[in-house]
Amino acid sequence: MPQTYFIQLILKETIRDVTGEWVKHSATRYLNLDTGRVKSSRLFTVRLDISPEEIRLFAESVLRDPVIQDVYIGTFYPAEKFTRKLLIAKRPGVTDDEGISAQKALGDTLNREFSTHIQQIYTADLFYFEKPLAQKDLITLGEELLGNPLINYFDAGPVDEPITYVPNVRMESRAEIRTIPVNREDDELLRLSSEMLLSLNLDEMKAIRNYFKREDVRTARKKAGLDENPTDCELEILGQTWSEHCKHKEFNARIHFRDEEKDQDEIIDSLFKTYIRKSTDIIRKRFEKAGNPWLLKVFTDNAGVVRINEDSCFIWKVETHNSPSALDPYGGALTGIVGVNRDPLGTGIGGSRLLFNTDVLCFGNPDHPGKLLPGQLHPRRIMSGVVKGIEDGGNKSGIPTINGSVIFDDRFSGKPLVFCGTAAVMPLKYGDRPTWIKSIDPGDRIVMAGGRVGKDGIHGATFSSLEIDEHSPRSAVQIGSPITQKNMSDFMVDAARQGLIKCSTDNGAGGLSSSIGELAQISGGAEVYLEQVPLKYPGLQPWEIFVSESQERMTLVIEPDQVKKVFDLAKLYDVEVTDIGRFTGSGHLQLFYEKQPAAFLDLNFLHNGVPRKHLEAVWKKPEVKEPELTGEPDIKETLLTLLGSLNICSRESIIRRYDHEVKGRTVVKPLMGEEGHAPQDAGVMRLDFDTWEGIAVSNGIMPKFGDIDAYEASAGAFDEAVRQIISVGGRLPDPEDINSPFWSVNDNFCVPDSVYDPETNPDGKYKLAQLVRMNQALFDMATTFNIPMTSGKDSMKNDFRKGKVKISVPPTVLYSMAAKIDDIRTVTTSDFKRPGDAIYLIGKTRNELGGSEFYRLLGHLGANVPKVHKANALNLYRMMGIAHREGFLASSHDLSDGGLAVALAECVIGGPFGAAVDVGYGDLPLIPELFSESHSRFVVSVPAKNQTTFENLMGSDARFLGAVSEEPVLKISFKGEKILDVSKEEMLEKWSSGLVF
Amino acid sequence: MYSEKDIKDGKIRALVLTGSGINCEEEMAAACRLAGAHAEIVHLSRIFNGEVSIHDYDLLNLPGGFSFGDDLGSAKVLANQLKVRPIASGIPFMEEIQRFLADGKYIIGVCNGFQALVKMGLLPNTGGKGEQEATLTFNDSGKFEDRWVTCKVLEDPPTPFLKGIDTLDLPVRHGEGRLIFRDETVRRAVVEKKLNVLAYADRQGHVTHTYPYNPNGSELNCAGLCDPSGQIFGLMPHPEAYLTVYNHPDWNRRKKTGQLTSEKGEGLKIFENVVGRVTR
Repeated sequence: MPQTYFIQLILKETIRDVTGEWVKHSATRYLNLDTGRVKSSRLFTVRLDISPEEIRLFAESVLRDPVIQDVYIGTFYPAEKFTRKLLIAKRPGVTDDEGISAQKALGDTLNREFSTHIQQIYTADLFYFEKPLAQKDLITLGEELLGNPLINYFDAGPVDEPITYVPNVRMESRAEIRTIPVNREDDELLRLSSEMLLSLNLDEMKAIRNYFKREDVRTARKKAGLDENPTDCELEILGQTWSEHCKHKEFNARIHFRDEEKDQDEIIDSLFKTYIRKSTDIIRKRFEKAGNPWLLKVFTDNAGVVRINEDSCFIWKVETHNSPSALDPYGGALTGIVGVNRDPLGTGIGGSRLLFNTDVLCFGNPDHPGKLLPGQLHPRRIMSGVVKGIEDGGNKSGIPTINGSVIFDDRFSGKPLVFCGTAAVMPLKYGDRPTWIKSIDPGDRIVMAGGRVGKDGIHGATFSSLEIDEHSPRSAVQIGSPITQKNMSDFMVDAARQGLIKCSTDNGAGGLSSSIGELAQISGGAEVYLEQVPLKYPGLQPWEIFVSESQERMTLVIEPDQVKKVFDLAKLYDVEVTDIGRFTGSGHLQLFYEKQPAAFLDLNFLHNGVPRKHLEAVWKKPEVKEPELTGEPDIKETLLTLLGSLNICSRESIIRRYDHEVKGRTVVKPLMGEEGHAPQDAGVMRLDFDTWEGIAVSNGIMPKFGDIDAYEASAGAFDEAVRQIISVGGRLPDPEDINSPFWSVNDNFCVPDSVYDPETNPDGKYKLAQLVRMNQALFDMATTFNIPMTSGKDSMKNDFRKGKVKISVPPTVLYSMAAKIDDIRTVTTSDFKRPGDAIYLIGKTRNELGGSEFYRLLGHLGANVPKVHKANALNLYRMMGIAHREGFLASSHDLSDGGLAVALAECVIGGPFGAAVDVGYGDLPLIPELFSESHSRFVVSVPAKNQTTFENLMGSDARFLGAVSEEPVLKISFKGEKILDVSKEEMLEKWSSGLVF
Repeated sequence: MYSEKDIKDGKIRALVLTGSGINCEEEMAAACRLAGAHAEIVHLSRIFNGEVSIHDYDLLNLPGGFSFGDDLGSAKVLANQLKVRPIASGIPFMEEIQRFLADGKYIIGVCNGFQALVKMGLLPNTGGKGEQEATLTFNDSGKFEDRWVTCKVLEDPPTPFLKGIDTLDLPVRHGEGRLIFRDETVRRAVVEKKLNVLAYADRQGHVTHTYPYNPNGSELNCAGLCDPSGQIFGLMPHPEAYLTVYNHPDWNRRKKTGQLTSEKGEGLKIFENVVGRVTR
């Protein structure tokens, strides 16, 4: 038996305890608890067979920082001035990277090899409190501020009570393969699906029953040594492969769409095929016809691939990680970002160099005053946890987060939306092999690389309710390990360039089942020996090994004669690689556990056997009307309130926590200007140090307009993403132009449950109609602008349910766009640059206050939703492209939340100057001129010398407003009458203090 | 590895360490190359297994990143490894470093690399015994921050890295950048020997303790240290992230108003200084 040692590290009394101060402050602010002074400390629990002398050496010379820390070994800090303590340990099986790092350091110090794959050192936080807090208050502190009961173990009490908890995993279970009869009545089938947490409906269960009844199947199974009934392994594989997440059953369903406005009925044969894939096909053909085939791979791999130039291609993917982030905001978001990194990493052959991250977050109001439902986390906690998760996921991987967006709406207080995206660059060829193509031949080896397998993520959250023993591993949430993945991605980049990898894919949702199941289609079969898979701890069932979602793993396809080289290289990078099977041409996915057959599934049935869904959608415009406004609001107060409001104010307290310039090539960061206050539209990054070519990236998301018309919400979001890239200097794609730059879009739909059910989802038909209309807008916008979807994702059940209460997100679509910039030195930022420059409004303002931030302030929704005038916008963006190319513009900022008034304020806030403008040259009243959120508009400033040529170019699309002023004040008039005079400082103060945490 | 031609062309050779979570190696190598050196990115493992010897190089770069995830404290595991682990020949890596320095060669550490140099005892090393005399720990703000700061160079700094530089703007990107000295003796020695060569300053170049100009609350407002020989230099801000003017947050205004005279970023000068210093 190994010894157990406790080592405590605590700051010396002379050193400021920033963590302790934060706990005290947050306890008062968020929980109304007076803790008195708080002292933080770290606890290392070592379960290793080493001597007391070795432990002392390790604790004093390795763990302790002698300049600031004291160390206690076997004893604890005396805590004389404190009365209570709270231990926050990790539950068994929860990722504990720091413990593993400690094991590495111990090995270095003692010059001995300790496995760094099996947890033997555990870390925990131990806090001391001055005030004698009640037990329940201590637990509240643990559960609601410092930890999460899903992943943490808490030990609270008086300071002198001993600490004994060690989170080692202990499981008493023998591996076995069970056979499960499926020749049952319908209701029994459904019960089986629910008991096994397969989430398959009756049609799907019947398809499985019928498959196993087939004579040819029975004969083949018998030959393969399997029972006529499926094994647990096989049912789990089917459940995983046929899940909504993997097969997108609703996006592929046949939909009966009834449009009551037009009194028309239509059958939509798959939303994906009808709108998404078709729009891309049309655009692809236009470019291919013109001899510029830059769309290399769309929809069929982990991420879309487009050609940048003669040497390299651009790969990117944006995904969501909503449900895990609702359960464990930190771990959910961390896993979201580290997980999406693996999509470009495992596209084509794999081993691309990751370029940047982008994140879009939707939260409930962080100051949510109401009561929470059981299991619902406070929006502020979700926000701070998610932000921290993305911080660690991006920063620790060395990938800059160059652009993002944050949206607040109370309907996100049940489930937040956490969109994570990663882009990468890959050479077009490794040697003479095109990099974006996956090829596999029978005989190629299946090699698993990266982390080990535990119970993580099996059956998601549902499973957690079954866990009761304090030594059973936590499986509900996965927590990513950026360091494990960083080593693995460094290794893959090297191995791919050496030509050692034939192709690869990532292990994310569905684990090996998903990755091998999909790859097996290329060669026509696969064999896996499950006992070979390295485990974090013993006791997993064969089926668990195959569907586990343990993170940081890739599946590599390696030709047999390269295996040794791959293993040698992996050792150098400290990456564990294991040969777990081979690809075949048998037509089957075959699994074995210690030579015993565990699965034998026909690949065709596995991938094409899922029955299609049939769904109903009915569109009828919601009854909305324009409010009657009484009296004139105070414009200055309105503007200042808007600037400080949640959806408009500065995101600086989030932005600065993300490293947006690691790699040294970020040219337009989220905040620019001398003092770093100028909010930008699109991020821009230079491709490499030997070229001025770059990529612009933007995100468009406008769920608020969906309450009036989901079509316009989707069209508007698309337009927002386009105009942000146009604003910095992007060039629209042009099929006539052989040098047309690539544009590549990820669409992400996140909607509430849209399947009609008379009891649980009575308005399901309307919700599905909203989804249909969002897709129709996608098609119309994409084909107008020739901007194609290259990859995407859908998340269909964003509802938080507790009993009869349901909090559902508004139907939301995010368009994440990337476009090539020919020369990053020519881009333009949003802040006004020089006094005297002329200010113009580009694009037409309409009376479209519906869904605006101005109406929201007054508690109205309105009816006049902003519409995208596609042909006008297309022409306008082409003109803007010319204005940028000719260098006419000193600044450019797109108009969005808050309309013209807010855009002008932001242009002033960002720089050292002011502006004097008259917004009354149009034919609208003051309020819509200032606050209408009509799409396809910009505020630009133009140096005097370019004014004439610029006006000639833009014609009536440019409306002169005034000029940039030396004095840092925003002065707005309306038809000659002064209506606003506000200093930059006052606006900056409001804008900067809207969201501070 | 270098070809014969490379070795004979007279350029100095820079080794850029990577691996185990270091993540600024690409821009660090670019900095060395733009400054006129050859640069090679080398995984730590290749040094420990004896494949690569630091003695074949003139400049050793410890880039930024999150080595070992900053577990146990920033750069702690890396510093311990570099300090206690022997290379394949059995020679402790620290002895390799001593020989490297005795040969008159140079070491630069940025951010995580600086944290490693401090925790290995190579900076500031006022006592010359290689003891840890300072540490870098959590910012007073309690959080990681990415922001640009103005740095002021100490007058007549005793290290070639900063020659000819008065002030420069650089990004900081760290959560553990607060420099604390072990005691008053060390602090005094650092000041007397002028080892606190780089300090946080306001936009006018006046050294300040005011947040966010001093982004972390460091003692002496210190942003960077050198050792008494001047051969080792470490700093929290990232000079390798300011190689061209287009890195600066205010570049667009400067360009649009005709204020840019060169495309070189201010951070490059530090690498040019050291590359210019060494001749082969």
